[in-house]
Amino acid sequence: MSDPPAGNEPVSRDPATGEPASSETPTSDPALDDRVAREARVLLDVLDVSTSFETDRGLVHAVDGVSFTLDRGRTLGIVGESGSGKTVLSRSIMGLLPKRGVVRSGSIRFDAEEVGHLGPKAMRRFWGAHMAMVFQDPMTSLNPVMKIGHQITESIRLHLDVSREFADELAVSLLTSVRVPDPERRMGEYPHELSGGLRQRVCIAVALAAGPQLLFADEPTTALDVTVQAQVLDVLDTQQQERFMALVLVTHDLGVVAGRTDDVLVMYAGQVVEQAPTPTLFSQMRMPYTEALLQSIPKLADPSHTRLHAIAGRPPDLVDRPTGCRFAPRCGYVQDRCREELPPLVDGPTPGHKYRCWFPVGTPEGADALARNLAAGASTSSPAPAVDEEPIAWTSPDTPGAVTTDEDERRFWGGRG
Amino acid sequence: MPAPDDPLPNFVGEATRRGTPVDAGTIEIAAVETGPEVRAVRRRRGIGVAGWLSIGWLALVVGLALLAPVLPLDDPRESVTAIAKRGPLADAGSAPGHLLGGDYNGRDMLSRLIWGGRTTLLVATLAVVIGFVLGGALGLIGGYFRGKVDIVVSGVLDVLLAVPAVILALAFVVILRTDPSNPGAGGLDATTSLIIAIGLVSIPVLGRITRASTLSWSEREFVLAARAQGATHRRIVIREVLPNVLPAMVSIALLGVAVAIVAEGTLAILGAGVEPDTPTWGNMIAIGRGYLERAPHIVFEPALMIFFTVLALNMLGDVVRAKLDVREGAL
Repeated sequence: MSDPPAGNEPVSRDPATGEPASSETPTSDPALDDRVAREARVLLDVLDVSTSFETDRGLVHAVDGVSFTLDRGRTLGIVGESGSGKTVLSRSIMGLLPKRGVVRSGSIRFDAEEVGHLGPKAMRRFWGAHMAMVFQDPMTSLNPVMKIGHQITESIRLHLDVSREFADELAVSLLTSVRVPDPERRMGEYPHELSGGLRQRVCIAVALAAGPQLLFADEPTTALDVTVQAQVLDVLDTQQQERFMALVLVTHDLGVVAGRTDDVLVMYAGQVVEQAPTPTLFSQMRMPYTEALLQSIPKLADPSHTRLHAIAGRPPDLVDRPTGCRFAPRCGYVQDRCREELPPLVDGPTPGHKYRCWFPVGTPEGADALARNLAAGASTSSPAPAVDEEPIAWTSPDTPGAVTTDEDERRFWGGRG
Repeated sequence: MPAPDDPLPNFVGEATRRGTPVDAGTIEIAAVETGPEVRAVRRRRGIGVAGWLSIGWLALVVGLALLAPVLPLDDPRESVTAIAKRGPLADAGSAPGHLLGGDYNGRDMLSRLIWGGRTTLLVATLAVVIGFVLGGALGLIGGYFRGKVDIVVSGVLDVLLAVPAVILALAFVVILRTDPSNPGAGGLDATTSLIIAIGLVSIPVLGRITRASTLSWSEREFVLAARAQGATHRRIVIREVLPNVLPAMVSIALLGVAVAIVAEGTLAILGAGVEPDTPTWGNMIAIGRGYLERAPHIVFEPALMIFFTVLALNMLGDVVRAKLDVREGAL
């Protein structure tokens, strides 16, 4: 799939862009060829996107200069704790933000078309048909008084001009494809008659109804039982592959991302702090925050009653952002420089790997920094690392800060019960 | 998650049982937050004896009102001197067969009650339909779009609500209907203007309830999900929000009918009722109140009709709200 090479800057906004004119005249300019190839490959190109919310206290910088690209048919994981801006980022890209009190900037190119500045009216033609979203809580993201079948056919008939009967057939096949058992019967049931896992599958079916090229799954399994989490993720996986659909998997759980995504974006306090192809991220992580996130996953091999590794402290205030590295107050590697200078996003040793750290994990500088901090012991102002063989292994005597952010976020997005 | 003596489930359960007009959204939210106990309370509540009695009474009253023209009733306007001011069980002398006695003028009470019920119910129902449609539309628009739209909508509703309802209705009737002393000036007939007046007065109540319920439902994720699927605002309001708001609206509307029946009576006593020779429960009381000592049945019979009907409507309102909820506690 490619675009006619049109000038240097933004390619012509032809609604039919996605469609290939396969026999492209080969150009002599390799840079242009590159660009054409890139247009063909890249579905979503996000450049320096920032989103802030106006509050009584000032602007909350929820997303702060995030850039990434997502190729067609690939999976991107966005990982971060509550309040790191991952949900706001995905909603910014979808254009699904509240209409008042939002300041956004940056460029979002979807299928070679700039959509970052579009309002809800203009975005509507993308919603459902080109990009769709699966929400966190299947308990509240289905209409409680509408039958399952109806909710799916509604979505189908919104975009496709098909008869009621055909829409019904499509809905049944959609339910089958997301592995809902006995789909004909389920069509006539209300959401409350279904289990959480089934409901989330229905939500996926609804989102897939009009065949989007890009699917956002915003913590799709967080509200589910651990036992059904994997099933739902598998359904997403299968569908993503069968439909050659790009998938953005937003989660706080690195475990969810491992093995299911092509690339991972780690977010902290609205910024990308590390991004890499998934295997690289897990094998050569550079950012202490990523490391801390990984440490916080309980391991099966751990003996019983092992203390969970929480990340001490809480994410910074997004109104008055700290001058230095945003993770500095909670970081085990922290040095004076970290508190003063915000590290830039620099390229790592392998292609596609970027991180934002002065004293990266796995480098001599990082090891030195950690050693110095450990030697300084409890006298430093930073959270004292507990004595443990693992570097980021301090436990949290602090107030459960994440709870506050959770609540803030929930209040902001409205009552989700 | 809730402790055994957590007050919230008890509160919600109690409120639900008593039919306190907490809007459905609030109860839903509370139910989710308080967990399974509340669901158990909410689930499988049958209609109950009171519910069936209410339905029975309303069916009887509405049935009689509808069938009034074909029932073997006396002419409600025809006077039989022998039964004037005679009570229900009094010996009617030369004119037997008047089960409920006659009014001060000797008109058959039973016939007047049935014909009066026809007018009263018509006025009350149509008035509430006006309030339901207009108030509901305003509430949905204000609650869904919020912002400036909501400020305007809420402002209008608040102003309407701030004026005493009877006085407001009285003013509307006087403005709308043909002035008896100046028929050439135009206007509506008394019944129509009464319907519109009570309808307009019922707008703010229904509007407020609808708005409150819409506010909470519009914040649900499924509304956002519908948006993310590309649904238009109109579609979301009508297909996603309205069906959820409807139970609260219907139960309040049933209460509204009850209030409208009383309002019709009040306005009749104030001289702003329907045409004087058309019986309604309200104007039967209005006219009969001069004979309260000698012939109390003239007032008490229509008063009892109003009493039982209003009571039945109130109870039915609760039943309807419980029954229209397919959600059954779970979202």
